[in-house]
Amino acid sequence: MATTERYIGAEVLRKEDPELVTGQANFIDNHVLPGMLWMAMVRPPYVHATVNSIDTSAATSMPGVVGVYTAADLDVGGLPFVWPITEDIKIPSHYPLTKDKIRFHGDAVAVVLAETREQALDAAETVSVDVTELPALTTMEDAMADGAPLIHEELGSNVTVHWSHGGGGDQSVFDTAPVLVQEHYHQPRLIPNAIEPRGCLASSIPSMGEFTLWTATQIPHIAKVTLSGVCGIPEEKLRVIAPDVGGGFGSKLNVYAEEALALVLARLTGRPVKWIEERSENYVATIHGRGVTHDCTLAGTEDGKILGLKFVEIADMGAYYQLLTPGIPELGGWVYMGPYAPEAYWFEFRGVLTNATPTDAYRGAGRPEATYVLERLVDAYARKIGKDPAEVRRMNLHPPFSEATASICGLNVDSGNYEPALDRALELADYERFREEQRSRRDSGDVRQIGIGLSTYIEMCGLAPSNILGALRYAAGGWDAATIRCLPTGKVVVATGTSPHGQGHETSWSQIVADGLGVTPDDITVLHGDTQVTPLGMDTYGSRSLSVGGVALHFAMEKIKEKARTIAAHELEVSEDDLEYTDNAFRVKGAPDKARTIPELAMSAWHAHDLPAGTEPNLDATAVYDPPNFTWPAGTHICVVEVDTQTGATDILRYVAVDDCGTVINPMIVEGQVHGGVAQGIAEALFEEAIYDESGNLSTSSMTQYLIPGATEIPPMMLDRTVTPSTTNPLGVKGIGEAGTIASPPAVINAVVDAVSHLGVTDVGKPASPERVWRAIRDAEGGGA
Amino acid sequence: MNVAVSVNGTQREADVEPRTLLVYFLRETLGLTGTNVGCDTSSCGSCTVLLDGESVKSCTLLAAQVDGRSITTIEGLAPDGDMHPLQEAFHRNHGLQCGYCTPGMLMAAASYLKENPSPTEEEVRESLEGNLCRCTGYQNIVKSILDAAGSMSGAKA
Repeated sequence: MATTERYIGAEVLRKEDPELVTGQANFIDNHVLPGMLWMAMVRPPYVHATVNSIDTSAATSMPGVVGVYTAADLDVGGLPFVWPITEDIKIPSHYPLTKDKIRFHGDAVAVVLAETREQALDAAETVSVDVTELPALTTMEDAMADGAPLIHEELGSNVTVHWSHGGGGDQSVFDTAPVLVQEHYHQPRLIPNAIEPRGCLASSIPSMGEFTLWTATQIPHIAKVTLSGVCGIPEEKLRVIAPDVGGGFGSKLNVYAEEALALVLARLTGRPVKWIEERSENYVATIHGRGVTHDCTLAGTEDGKILGLKFVEIADMGAYYQLLTPGIPELGGWVYMGPYAPEAYWFEFRGVLTNATPTDAYRGAGRPEATYVLERLVDAYARKIGKDPAEVRRMNLHPPFSEATASICGLNVDSGNYEPALDRALELADYERFREEQRSRRDSGDVRQIGIGLSTYIEMCGLAPSNILGALRYAAGGWDAATIRCLPTGKVVVATGTSPHGQGHETSWSQIVADGLGVTPDDITVLHGDTQVTPLGMDTYGSRSLSVGGVALHFAMEKIKEKARTIAAHELEVSEDDLEYTDNAFRVKGAPDKARTIPELAMSAWHAHDLPAGTEPNLDATAVYDPPNFTWPAGTHICVVEVDTQTGATDILRYVAVDDCGTVINPMIVEGQVHGGVAQGIAEALFEEAIYDESGNLSTSSMTQYLIPGATEIPPMMLDRTVTPSTTNPLGVKGIGEAGTIASPPAVINAVVDAVSHLGVTDVGKPASPERVWRAIRDAEGGGA
Repeated sequence: MNVAVSVNGTQREADVEPRTLLVYFLRETLGLTGTNVGCDTSSCGSCTVLLDGESVKSCTLLAAQVDGRSITTIEGLAPDGDMHPLQEAFHRNHGLQCGYCTPGMLMAAASYLKENPSPTEEEVRESLEGNLCRCTGYQNIVKSILDAAGSMSGAKA
């Protein structure tokens, strides 16, 4: 059905902005209800300890305190974990308040309710806990050591899961290939740091048994289903609302203890209960990302052909599983081939419990970890055979394909054409000139050396075909939904199952619907993030919103147009076959002035004075879309750095990103997603790392120690795109939310290593702090002594 | 204790606990919720407001410290209900995504452009050292501020 594309592909300014730039947005901490109590968590300063007793008496008598509760006082179930990735996975018990043991610094033993925020926090400080401390196991090595204490005794081991991809192709290349490159890489834990901390407000109507939870979440729909079970609230009696949400990056793709506690305490007290996370709590009680170590093998030929790729990972789960924890490394397990075409593939990982914050999805979720080690390994291979890393990549890129094609990873990739992005990135990076500059500075022994790092990446997003999720033992589906209501006044209301928190869905969805229905984006209101207003949805994560939820809009519009065509034919007294939809109206073929627009037909459908027989009044439709495949964005990022060989300091001279996310709805928003993703990747490569001391305390426990880069640390970026439409969906869209974070860390680290590789350096560690780089240079110069 | 302060041009007065931070005085006592709280170490700059015209982090000051002085918050950046050139520029240049850091960014930029109406890109980046954004990679924030500087100096000429 022909539509006129006026808005798809245009830089439509965001509809979300006015309230956000004027301070009129409604973030969670703005929510206040009459009679509201404040909740504060009691998190004792231990990371591994048996709890002998908890003394709440002092807190109970503090001013304004309404109650102090421990696990024994509350009727609440275990927190949700929805991805038991293997049959024999060991699953730790995980309760909102820990009962007899503290297993990480975020573990709460009690919760305080008081009349004010300050009273609750003051009282929480006075709860005392008698414990017997146990050794803190904050590294995977400690947790796997012989004789290490068990974090969850009932599981019998701190290694709780082993997942193997099972391999693809002939594994003998890893024994027989002329060149074998073996590397070991560690990627430290990261702290997501959405600038808005978490928070929630629960209220109830006790006589009705009805509950509403406002929560700073990416997943109101999943939260509703799971919290219903945790709290024993019938699902139809629980409404979850995500208000304006100040960033997520995966950290709000979870269901947390505090949400469950607020609900059960609202039930217990009959009063609304509010909790707002402090940043210091966020660092220990909100999920971390990464925390993985890989042993990597590349089998190749002498002249640069990659034959096999093999990765064996251990992944730090933290003290418990949160919503998805062991599923994250598995998600990465499908992209270790990158955009290349190896003959053999292997991936497996073990998940290890530690006395640290649970890890879970952080922007990219498994795919950055995979891309980092793959792209580092390809550079190591290029160095070993003495070839240019751009050339090695070029000769190994999968040839172009425009139909879904089987990959060595076992899944079908939707479409791909990788070389144009490589070419364009090399051009924008001025690759040859910087190589020349690098040679010249190496020759002159310059203190400041040039390095160029490439990352040719592929990612798997658009989560996800429900049948594949089922096969992977994930508990939910991957569909999403849209309802479109054409109002009699010509306006349109869209209810989407996605739950944006900065991605601009209101704008992009309006562009899609405006083109489809022949209206303008300003005629459209997009509703989201409220399980009563948008009852069907699977929320926002995994770069899925456009390629699943956005595509649901397309199918809802198809239904609307089918009905509208019937009404138009009736009004114009022609058969439906005599109509064509062109220039924003149903027009009689050969007499285009005889026409009805969708807004006109919406009025007809509403007053319903003269509808064709059997046609229901009103013009609206709901579509639920389950994607037949993932989507597979790809691209090339190049980073050019200058490294001071005396201090180890790195300056980024140029950053180039050429991404292919299929059809683009709003280029301005796409570029914004790339900017932000790359900035987080640069942060990962150069600055950010969660560090624990020997006794298990988080040394990087606030924004003063954990180095989130500011505007002077993040360089200007040069962006471009190639467009290879997805074959998975009729819009041809792929997804862009995570691409920057997936592609950029190896580009940056490869550049730093490249700058000093002539000194014998092969790795600098991550993040590549000046000290690490300086030590790597010193160690290499000392001949490794 | 009693605190009297001019906020966005209106005289406001309230009894507060001595330990009340300015940001909570604004948000919870006066109901001006446009100023956000992002950390507890004065690192993120989300809570930036103007004190007698200069940017300060409202989580580092006690309400008592601003007694008798003048505060401008995001709600008062464009007092006549229109948008300030910076607000327009952030919208025009996609200088925000989730929008949580945005009020602080806008107030920091408003203060800085008064001090330096025609900054270079590098100067704008340096001026934002006290404000963190996790969404935009700063590129479009910097672009927005440079754009606003241009339109503001054009308006004056």
